[in-house]
Amino acid sequence: MDAIILDDLTLGYNGHPAVHHLSGVFEPGSMTAVVGPNGSGKSTLLKGLTGILRPLGGRIERGCLRISQMAYLPQQAEIDRSFPITVLDIVALGLWQRIGMFGGMKKELWEQAWQALGAVGLEGFEPRAIGDLSAGQFQRVLFARLLLQDCPVILLDEPFTAVDARTTADLLGVIRRWHAENRTIIAVLHNYDQVRSYFPKTLMLARDPIGWGDTHEVLTPENLQLARQMSEAWDETAAACLRSQP
Amino acid sequence: MNHLFEFFLSPFREFIFMRHALVACLALALGCGPVGVLLVLRRMSLVGDALSHAVLPGAALGFLVSGLSLYAMTLGGLAVGLAVALLAGAVTRLTLLREDASFAALYLISLASGVLLVSLRGSNIDLIHVLFGTILAVDDAALILVAAITTVTLLILAVIYRPLIVECVDPGFLRSVGGGGAAMHFIFLVLVVLNLVAGFRALGTLMAVGLMMVPAVSARFWARQVWSTTLAAVIIAMLAGYSGLLLSFHANLPSGPSIILTAGLCYVFSVIFGRHGSIYERHRKGEHLEG
Repeated sequence: MDAIILDDLTLGYNGHPAVHHLSGVFEPGSMTAVVGPNGSGKSTLLKGLTGILRPLGGRIERGCLRISQMAYLPQQAEIDRSFPITVLDIVALGLWQRIGMFGGMKKELWEQAWQALGAVGLEGFEPRAIGDLSAGQFQRVLFARLLLQDCPVILLDEPFTAVDARTTADLLGVIRRWHAENRTIIAVLHNYDQVRSYFPKTLMLARDPIGWGDTHEVLTPENLQLARQMSEAWDETAAACLRSQP
Repeated sequence: MNHLFEFFLSPFREFIFMRHALVACLALALGCGPVGVLLVLRRMSLVGDALSHAVLPGAALGFLVSGLSLYAMTLGGLAVGLAVALLAGAVTRLTLLREDASFAALYLISLASGVLLVSLRGSNIDLIHVLFGTILAVDDAALILVAAITTVTLLILAVIYRPLIVECVDPGFLRSVGGGGAAMHFIFLVLVVLNLVAGFRALGTLMAVGLMMVPAVSARFWARQVWSTTLAAVIIAMLAGYSGLLLSFHANLPSGPSIILTAGLCYVFSVIFGRHGSIYERHRKGEHLEG
């Protein structure tokens, strides 16, 4: 499996950078937390990695890793929770890479979907409508779908917002298992205690990169102070950035 | 017993135009049911309405060019309906307008031009009939057209069912596993226009969308999965078609409004007494479960 290499990457909207001149490597099998204040470009970075957002400058090199091999859990999934569909059907979507738009579901594939639901502690929820679930249960369902997707790279954008402590602990267990299976994990998080106890690597962003490396070296009081000073607003009169000029 | 038989069956046994009308309604119900349910689930209920208005100037144009020809009016309606769907999609993608807003602007423009075109030959009763429905004059050619459109609709829906549903429920996921959502959306809009065109011969451009939307909206109160909601919608549409025709026969009423009003009765009943989320079900007091 290949590393994901960021080379002087700038991502943003309407020409304004949200991630500014970021260079570095997500090693295969690494487990990285992305932290920083609101508006610091964390979600933007994930959107760039999945290819939803094109870089304003610089490059993302994925080697022979295909975009479809990167499972992505967005911050607020655009899922219509009132849609009349069962939990099992949503989980089974994780098999998309294997069965595609038109392929049939075989018995053993349904069994895998059942097992995935069991692995996130939702046995017996298969026939329920997704509208009947709590926020935490629904996040478990999305993790079951990620399990089935079986991707070498997993991107999670604030996966524990609006989720209680027990669910968070269970889902962190799932993430740990992925790490043990040597998958690359990149997760946007706000809880520094979680980061310190689970994530070996940390990338701290405040639009510009503040630090990237071993968690205990990045999550320092000095860096946190630096990140806090980031201004949230775009400067409408900002001059063109000269750093990318050779 | 004999009276009942007389009342419920003999109109269809005695009159060939009633049989034609009934078969047309049943075929329309089969196609419009699933399309309507998907429109409701995609929160596009009013887009169906907008597109039905967009069919009007096309049909009127067809009439102006070659008179009361089934094919000219069908083709005209199809062409203008698709053009409006495409234009609305393009405006949505290229500008800041949301889809409902761009549809609203375009359908009002096409409704106005449709009315203008109709008024050029306003005195023509035939045209008024075709624009506002003449289910009692559905001939063989029109019947075959309706049946063909229903068949094509069901086949295409069967093929694109999975990506279409995923595009409804979780468009972000479809994008992350390779996309195709825009294509599904467009194919679906084509199906909507096709079914509206099938319906306008029988029910008129204003009523065609009724057989699509009213049963679909009512069906939401009776089922909790897409397939069962669709089934409920088809059954309601068929029932409305049959009893609406009976009503129009016995009470000597225009057939299009009779059918849609019968569907409307189903809607009122469903809103009040439906199994899921109806007024009755939400306000029922009584025991609750242990856990």
